Amino acid sequence: MGAIVSPVRRATMGEFAGMVLAGGAVLPLVLIAALTEDSGYAFHVTLAIAAALGSLILIANRLFQPGQVPAPQEIDGRPNYNMEPVKFATIAAMFWGIAGFSVGLIIALQLAFPVLNFDLPWINFGRLRPLHTSAVIFAFGGNVLLGTSFYVVQRTCRARLAGDIAPWFVILGYNFFIVIAGTGYLLGISQGKEYAEPEWYADLWLTIVWVVYLLVFLLTLAKRKEPHIYVANWFYLAFILTIAVLHIGNNLALPVSVLSPKSYILWSGVQDAMFQWWYGHNAVGFFLTAGFLAIMYYFVPKRAGRPVYSYRLSIIHFWALIFLYIWAGPHHLHYTALPDWAQTLGMTFSIMLWMPSWGGMINGLMTLSGAWDKLRTDPVLRMMVVSLAFYGMSTFEGPLMSIKAVNSLSHYTDWTIGHVHSGALGWVAYISFGAIYCLVPWLWNRKELYSLKLVSWHFWISTLGIVFYISAMWVSGILQGLMWRAYTPLGFLEYSFIETVAAMHPFYAIRALGGALFLTGALIMVFNLWMTVRSGTPESAQDSAPLQPSLVPAE
Amino acid sequence: MTSIEHKAPRQSLWSKHKIFETNSIILIIGVLLVISVGGLVEIAPLFYLKNVIEKVDGMRPYTPLELAGRAIYVREGCYNCHSQMIRPLRDEIERYGHYSLAAESMYDKPFQWGSKRTGPDLARVGGKYSDEWQRGHLADPRALVPQSIMPGYPFLARNELKFGDIANELRANRGGGVPYTDEMIAQAETDLRAQATPEHPKAGELEARYPKVQARDFDGDPARITEADALIAYLQVLGTLVDFKLYDDKANIR
Repeated sequence: MGAIVSPVRRATMGEFAGMVLAGGAVLPLVLIAALTEDSGYAFHVTLAIAAALGSLILIANRLFQPGQVPAPQEIDGRPNYNMEPVKFATIAAMFWGIAGFSVGLIIALQLAFPVLNFDLPWINFGRLRPLHTSAVIFAFGGNVLLGTSFYVVQRTCRARLAGDIAPWFVILGYNFFIVIAGTGYLLGISQGKEYAEPEWYADLWLTIVWVVYLLVFLLTLAKRKEPHIYVANWFYLAFILTIAVLHIGNNLALPVSVLSPKSYILWSGVQDAMFQWWYGHNAVGFFLTAGFLAIMYYFVPKRAGRPVYSYRLSIIHFWALIFLYIWAGPHHLHYTALPDWAQTLGMTFSIMLWMPSWGGMINGLMTLSGAWDKLRTDPVLRMMVVSLAFYGMSTFEGPLMSIKAVNSLSHYTDWTIGHVHSGALGWVAYISFGAIYCLVPWLWNRKELYSLKLVSWHFWISTLGIVFYISAMWVSGILQGLMWRAYTPLGFLEYSFIETVAAMHPFYAIRALGGALFLTGALIMVFNLWMTVRSGTPESAQDSAPLQPSLVPAE
Repeated sequence: MTSIEHKAPRQSLWSKHKIFETNSIILIIGVLLVISVGGLVEIAPLFYLKNVIEKVDGMRPYTPLELAGRAIYVREGCYNCHSQMIRPLRDEIERYGHYSLAAESMYDKPFQWGSKRTGPDLARVGGKYSDEWQRGHLADPRALVPQSIMPGYPFLARNELKFGDIANELRANRGGGVPYTDEMIAQAETDLRAQATPEHPKAGELEARYPKVQARDFDGDPARITEADALIAYLQVLGTLVDFKLYDDKANIR
């Protein structure tokens, strides 16, 4: 009697859970899609049904695949890293990056030439602006963070990513959230809180994805072969944890009904304002700072071939940064109806925040001690070093703008926009570009990038773009702030509001030019990466294990 | 890593940090403790300190039509360019009126104070312009203000307002502390129609439930209730509820 070999193997726990969840969700979702009267919501629920069915097919397909399941933790004594989700996140990051930069360019042009709104609902400035901010912060930045964190945690723990399909659930689930959020804005589904516009159902979904993300990260740490948790992972962990707390805190809302996309936040007015900027500023502090500092702590030492400058500095600035950042939110509410004591606290802690911020910059820059010559030959390293310089600049500018007297001029003006972009383009995007330029050859086993010369072109074109952008916004912001408060000798306000709007036109045009240059640079990058993957020379197996970056205490 | 301990002659404070670096759960607890302090100190008191929200006369929840208009304001992302928060600075008070009170947004879910003034502040725009001006301006801003860079919203006057869910919307607001009564919720749909229709038989009841309500045809088309009706009704109530002739600044110094 020969044993009958079934073509289908037994499902793993993860696959089983995935099938139960996806299968169980279909019927309720179909009911909601059939009953709701809101067409945008019906569209989203339909997308969710498609995603659930798609997941079922993908999991079922895995069951027919030959191969050892679950995947072995080690092959020939070396960790069997799970890099496929990282590859997906890297590609998604570049896709969303180009999309987000393009929408940014469109809305910059709309401000210079309002006819480009075309009187249409779907593409007016008010709907596209959240699309831009979400696309660059959460879609581009988020995929960079997800991808690099999965890469770094595996390498620095010398362990395979925890979970069977859980890492895929995190990456695909997160990108599904992005699709729901982005299409929602265009359809007019928004809860009207800056940087937290997605409605209740998207928020719920993100919460589930994020909890799984935390678990995958933690369980990978738990499997580590290294006794110590590497400094980059402290920052990733602080980022994942705090974003969970902020996201849940700021989005506690009552849905109108399960058939309606709308919800109302539990708090109102002044309390909601404080919650919002506690969230909003720490989205900057933990998403755009702590997360990208983690990237810095892995990729800068790796690329420079030097150990992190100071172990002690990294301890001090880590704890100081996460402690102080949380307090800084009220500087977005200076001179508002928020009680004065809260504003003063926000200002005080924002000024103190300057120090741990520069601690991170110094630790990154000084890591190049003994390797500064590489800046001449390695444009990727140059990009990362310039990102640290921009980080230092914008974390000096931030505390300055949080001083109430300065804020009375800068608040409500383009100065804020310029400040955000010196941080977002100069720091976040540049350190991301640097990391991706490193990652792509590593992930696809290529010796080097297709062309370092193109990296140089990318660097110079986008740096020029950033300079155009932020200097135009400095001038327009300070100019408009001064015009608003200008008085004639007789004691009347000198300018009507619309005169101050008209004065902005040339600067809005220059800003759009800066944005176009930045986008051009990113397109050059996409071409370079594409060619690297397509036609680069494969790396030989022997030297494919990069060295571990190590913390060496400064003496 | 172990080299640190060898080099330190005694157990220095630095080596104590090892406990965080070798236990992910202790690291998590440490991070959570450190990040909760600031939020707790700054947010929690706003819910119990009595002087956070000033005592004023005249504040009432939004009428159903105003609430529907506010939803359109949020949907179109008006907060991206317009603030609703006048700061106590000389030029702002002269340009926009009395500085904003916390009480004036006490029923706002979410708050719409904004962070950017690409266009002017709207906290007290109510009654500043006629309905006809608002209508024309929304449909084609540059027809009335040639240098304006605001997008046009001609579709608002074309779109019928959907308000089948309006009672549930009030109910969700009440869940978050807005004092809508059972009667207000039961009559939400009637009240909405009454506010947008001239000479509506139920206009008196609406006025009794929502003092100072402005009931009229806002969009110039009495036959239909459009999104423009709702949005203009919302814009016209902004900043009009608190009577600053009676408001005592000194009593509310915080």
